[in-house]
Amino acid sequence: MKRNSLALAVGLIFGLGLCLSGMYEPTKVIGFLDLAGNWDPSLALVMGGAIVVALPAFRFARRRAAAWAGGAIELPTARAIDAPLVVGAGVFGIGWGLGGVCPAPGVVDLGFFSPDAAIFVVSMAAGMLAYRAAAGRRLPGLGLVAQDA
Amino acid sequence: MSIDWAHFTPFSALAGGALIGLAAALLILGLGRVMGAAGIVGGALEIHDADAPWRWSLIAGLLFSALVARLLWGAAQPVFATHWPALVASGLLVGFGARLGSGCTSGHGVCGLARLSPRSFAATGIFMATAFATVFVARHLVG
Repeated sequence: MKRNSLALAVGLIFGLGLCLSGMYEPTKVIGFLDLAGNWDPSLALVMGGAIVVALPAFRFARRRAAAWAGGAIELPTARAIDAPLVVGAGVFGIGWGLGGVCPAPGVVDLGFFSPDAAIFVVSMAAGMLAYRAAAGRRLPGLGLVAQDA
Repeated sequence: MSIDWAHFTPFSALAGGALIGLAAALLILGLGRVMGAAGIVGGALEIHDADAPWRWSLIAGLLFSALVARLLWGAAQPVFATHWPALVASGLLVGFGARLGSGCTSGHGVCGLARLSPRSFAATGIFMATAFATVFVARHLVG
């Protein structure tokens, strides 16, 4: 229960950050991605602001044995820059550029009852399930593969 | 390139970014998990997974944030730039690519960079590059 209420708070803070920064707006994201047009650098500052706050937390997490709510702190261990990473990131970027939406803003926009967000989120879930089917097997352990995130 | 000063919002961008960083900090220290939205949504689809309940709770928080933002400062309804066939393609590519590449904008672009992970630096550079290229083609060559 403690885990679920903490995760609910994390989702709320994450979503408020996306709303406040304007990153829930596909047109604002496209404004950043359109280098050749009238360029809106806001997204870079959002990432910068998030990284400045998260970096010390990840450093601290590395030295801690357990999470506050119990259980291990699971930090990604994969090191290789391999083909799935390169191809996956490339495909992801094409999709992101097409719509100006990535997973978290898509869910937040669904919270605004946007019909377009519903189309995006259902398609995104289908893409995730297609990956799982293509991967061909239910991978062992928690989650699908050794995800970075 | 010219800077779009009319739409550039440096202060709300930094403040919103700080909130996103705070959320990532709470999740790693509180639950011991990396805040990657693609992993959270993709993992939530694995309903028998032990991590599914907290993932669904986090998704509920994301959904609820829309209502809170609307009540707190009257956040406007999001406007999509894309018609539905392109939006379907976009969703499919985002979902498939993020799972294949082990992360998305939050997982690689925020948490991965904050962990100083070489994999995430590579992934972020690549998805930024293909996104820039896609928008260039869609806006300036085709559109």
